[in-house]
Amino acid sequence: MDSRPGKGMRVHQALRHDSALKHVSGEALYVDDLPAPSDMLHIYIAMSPHAHARILEMDLDAVRVVTGVAAVVSAGDIPGQNDVSPVAGDDPLFAEGEVYYAGQSLFAVAAESLEIARAAALEAKVQYEILTPLITIDQARQAGSYIEDSQTMACGDAAAALKNAPRRLKGRMIIGGQDHFYLEGQVALALPQEDGDMVIHSSTQHPSEVQHCVARVLGLASHSVTVEVRRMGGGFGGKETQPALMAAAAALVVRKTGRPAKLCLDRDDDMKLTGKRHDFEINYHVGFDETGRIEGIDLALASRCGYSEDLSSAINDRAMFHVDNAYFLGQATITSHRYKTHTVSNTAFRGFGGPQGMMGIERVMDEIAMALGKDPLDIRKVNLYGKAPRNITPYHQHVEDNVAPELITQLEAHARYRERRAEIKDFNRASPFLKKGLALTPVKFGISFTKTHLNQAGALIHIYADGSVHLNHGGTEMGQGLLIKVAQIIAEEFAIDLGCVKITATTTGKVPNTSATAASAGTDLNGMAALNAAQEIKGRLIAFAAKHYHCAREHISFSDNHVTIGNRVIAFADLVNQAYLARVSLSSTGFYKTPEIHYDRATHRGRPFYYFSYGAAVSEVVIDTLTGENKVLRVDILHDVGRSLNPAIDRGQIEGGFVQGMGWLTTEELYFDDGGHLLTHAPSTYKIPACSDRPVEFNIEIWEKGSNLKETIHRSKAVGEPPLMLAISVFSALGDAVASVAGHKFMPRLDAPATPERILTAVEETRRRAGVGKS
Amino acid sequence: MSDVIRFILDGQIQAVHNVDPELTLLNFLRTHWRRTGTKEGCAEGDCGACTIVIGEMRRGAVHYRAINACILFLPMLDGKELMTVESLRGRDGWLHPVQQALVDHHASQCGFCTPGIVMSLYAHYLNRGPVDVATLNDVLAGNLCRCTGYRPIVAAAQVMYDYPSPSGGLGDTETQTLLASIQRTSMLALVHECTRSGVMKKFFAPRTLDELSEAIGAHDDAVILAGGTDVGLWVTKQHRMLKTVISVGDVKDFDLWVDTDSTIEIGAGMRYGQAMARLGSYYPDMGALIRRIGSVQIRNSGTIGGNIANGSPIGDMMPVLIASGAILVLRKRNKTREMPLEDYFISYGKQDRQPGEFVEKIILPKPCAHQVFWAHKISKRFDQDISAVCGAFNFTIEKGHVKAARICYGGMAATPKRARACEDSLMGKLWSYAVVQDAMRALEKDYQPLSDMRASESYRMTVAKNLLYKCFLADTKNEEPLDILELAVESHG
Repeated sequence: MDSRPGKGMRVHQALRHDSALKHVSGEALYVDDLPAPSDMLHIYIAMSPHAHARILEMDLDAVRVVTGVAAVVSAGDIPGQNDVSPVAGDDPLFAEGEVYYAGQSLFAVAAESLEIARAAALEAKVQYEILTPLITIDQARQAGSYIEDSQTMACGDAAAALKNAPRRLKGRMIIGGQDHFYLEGQVALALPQEDGDMVIHSSTQHPSEVQHCVARVLGLASHSVTVEVRRMGGGFGGKETQPALMAAAAALVVRKTGRPAKLCLDRDDDMKLTGKRHDFEINYHVGFDETGRIEGIDLALASRCGYSEDLSSAINDRAMFHVDNAYFLGQATITSHRYKTHTVSNTAFRGFGGPQGMMGIERVMDEIAMALGKDPLDIRKVNLYGKAPRNITPYHQHVEDNVAPELITQLEAHARYRERRAEIKDFNRASPFLKKGLALTPVKFGISFTKTHLNQAGALIHIYADGSVHLNHGGTEMGQGLLIKVAQIIAEEFAIDLGCVKITATTTGKVPNTSATAASAGTDLNGMAALNAAQEIKGRLIAFAAKHYHCAREHISFSDNHVTIGNRVIAFADLVNQAYLARVSLSSTGFYKTPEIHYDRATHRGRPFYYFSYGAAVSEVVIDTLTGENKVLRVDILHDVGRSLNPAIDRGQIEGGFVQGMGWLTTEELYFDDGGHLLTHAPSTYKIPACSDRPVEFNIEIWEKGSNLKETIHRSKAVGEPPLMLAISVFSALGDAVASVAGHKFMPRLDAPATPERILTAVEETRRRAGVGKS
Repeated sequence: MSDVIRFILDGQIQAVHNVDPELTLLNFLRTHWRRTGTKEGCAEGDCGACTIVIGEMRRGAVHYRAINACILFLPMLDGKELMTVESLRGRDGWLHPVQQALVDHHASQCGFCTPGIVMSLYAHYLNRGPVDVATLNDVLAGNLCRCTGYRPIVAAAQVMYDYPSPSGGLGDTETQTLLASIQRTSMLALVHECTRSGVMKKFFAPRTLDELSEAIGAHDDAVILAGGTDVGLWVTKQHRMLKTVISVGDVKDFDLWVDTDSTIEIGAGMRYGQAMARLGSYYPDMGALIRRIGSVQIRNSGTIGGNIANGSPIGDMMPVLIASGAILVLRKRNKTREMPLEDYFISYGKQDRQPGEFVEKIILPKPCAHQVFWAHKISKRFDQDISAVCGAFNFTIEKGHVKAARICYGGMAATPKRARACEDSLMGKLWSYAVVQDAMRALEKDYQPLSDMRASESYRMTVAKNLLYKCFLADTKNEEPLDILELAVESHG
């Protein structure tokens, strides 16, 4: 229970979050909590009421004259480029000529108070010519509207394999999107500096990108903009590309007025304006043998990307990379269509397309089981990756670290899967109205950014003359415990107490050109970069000590806040001070790039992932066949985090990620009207899991045997995203419960999220197909 | 001359002069005092990041409740004690047991929701509430956390009493003395000139029913404010300006509960939180339904009378009240009039309330022999969600026959509406499966529900029918399990 950082407690220890005390006392500062300069302006963003329209006229004069308004800025006020996009140059800060989604930013009002700014914005006279919007995937498909060319990944001859397979089936499923619902909304505070430079406090997972976007909008060089982030109140991918708009608008107001300016979106505006998880449609055609083993498969993925590219290209690629999940697909053709619609531009969200891809293949597993009258777990097991040649992914990477079979077997036994399957069968036989369901699903998730160049990180470490350590790196803290993990790594390397290592805010001024803290790779990359910096300084200390004390390097070691130099033991701080006096540099940068990875997007072949993270979950649910209401009764998880750097933090990622995934697949429904307006834009209408939604019984185990074949930081594995996909077991179990109403003879056409309405509809439809009346 | 708002914070009496009466406590704390531990997550009382604790004198003792500061207007604090997350640390710098337990259980990740969770649990701690899982699920239903999945938070709460008691802070007697010193003998009256618009905003908090009646009579354009769970959102979400507000929160005995031989009278100012257990003791399903209205924080503010008065579409309470046969008592100055509650709702957003008139009380008949009372609401999420459909059924079954039937649904029409055709089809009939099947079909004559973001038309109709069926099943004592929550409890046990 005692998780206070103390002596000798460094890596592999269940230490509490570095900010835990500040979280519970309310002392942890988020951007909106920073002391506001007295002359600070508050910014309100006016948004488009239409999904698609031509702007005929935008007259903002009446806004400007409102008392208390200091500035109104729109596209014409931008000195640089009107673009806050991450890649494609297609995300205007302010609409120009046309609007492409309901909620798109039109202009910003900066005033003495947010109330004044918001009220003033209503004075704008904007005339539109309404154009027909494309809202749904279907509409975009019919109009041929894409953000980029459709992609195809192929391994073998799927068409021939399908033709020759003893059994075949086809199906389709729809998977809804998801709002990040970070508790802290998007926010940026911009502070003017001399020479027209800018300091920006941003709630962002990607300070470098915010820096570059702000510079681009203002027409400045990147060295004129510094972006800092101490912590975010949640990110989940929603603060990877999205914060650039807030920061750029605030910076533009500073440029125009010379006054500090803050833009803090309220919940409704945040949900309307910012991107979400992509919704998908998946069509599958699979051929298999009598054991359920897949021989060939044709999977067609379609997603709603929204009005611009954002990260949709990489997200849809990752969906393709994960349609295999943990299974060898044989001869496979995977196509991916990326539709452009007049809706908010969808963006990164924990899993980054992977979850949607996995949903497709897990549905296929359930459907094969149904067709053969077998337990879905047996179908899953028979299809798992194995020895060559059953170890080649559709993108031609070999699966070398496959622990899924062993992990699943262990979980199956621990969770009493077979016994409970029998118990549930008995229960369902005796229960006409309530039905239980059970499912075990695995996760295999590829670790690395699939855009190879992003797999790099930097760090900066100073040791001051008193022996205290200042740690900085390019990773950002959004609650996931990155900063404590990296601090543990550094404390371990110098063998000093964790309290000697100061965790500091991420800033572009210390570490440049960083990648987003994303792709679960935060610790892998930044931990290694920081280690590199620490080792550099440690090397200098050893060299100094060897020379100073005439001792061979191999007789110098660090332990317990001290350094042993031959027969002599001196305090770490003393050695540091001696080194300082001897004019040894006690500061170093560190750098890391992930080895071995490469990928050719033209052929969709290569080794995009350094390694895979694995896990599996068993979920038991009950549904009410009269109302569709449901409850997750029990969940057992066994998850592989390699050698855990911090089991307390990792466990938090596993269970928190699971519940977030559960929300995506059950209660969280994004509802757009025909005109493309999001009607679920606040917690009153958009329902993330509440306390009582967590599984009634929730058993989480970190796999004791876990290690990493690759030389990752202390042989740990990435943990941020993979556990979210364990929640697919809940969805699968719900389908299992629905299928029980017709003796598991028909695969329920259940789409996600499985709201009570969708479950009841699936129950009734399954009964109709089976010709079974109500009980 | 405007009054001064006085309340207690950290053992000191605070006096606040000349503020906009529509300023929320959250904005006041964050911008005026820079107490930024209290966070804004939604500004509509749904996420709980702004949770604070209020203490007040009620019948000789200090009562504490967790409240959403985001929809609480500052003048509503007058005469009360306020505690924010910053109030908790002892003088010696130690954490409060609630805080220490959360730290020890790794119950924060990003930390943004954490101060609100601390305050919800702190209120529960002060009230020495039980720490079984079901209770804690309720205590925390109004605190959304996107990171942890809640398990460690509940685990921490379960052991919060195991830590040494905190030292420092005001004793109970000192608090009572301080509170007594800031109680008013006459109505709080605030006048504030809005610097920008020049509008004179007025806020009154009468102390007695007569003062209230007088004030409403004198300002018949005033917005009547009870808990603010609806009116608060008019300001924070719709950005409406309220010129004159009359708060009923300090009206003595406006929350009275009167038991007669055959009826229960509920004062319009009675909060959901106060009514839940009491109503539940007569009508268990009414108690269970209130448990699912809003969250602890919302029920600590919101009143039954307020929901009725505003015809708030989010008031899931109406169907059960109407099914029970509730009578509404409206008052204007000294004149009162009564009507069946269902007659009050004329059309969407329109109620039978005249200018200057206010809801005084609600009268419910007590349950009688041979009565079957059953209610259930359907929503996407179990807790703190607005229903897609809410069904309430009140039958008198004698000798196996339906002698009386009152059925009311929410979510099926523009207002809470009785299912007259369905009732008619049941009257006098055998309480049987076949008759219930007919009655289910009769609902198609009663309602033409709409499709919206909560549910489609067809789901609403199907589930409305099935709720009647479930009521029948629940009454006819099947052995089969009917309630997924019972299974959840079993599974946990």
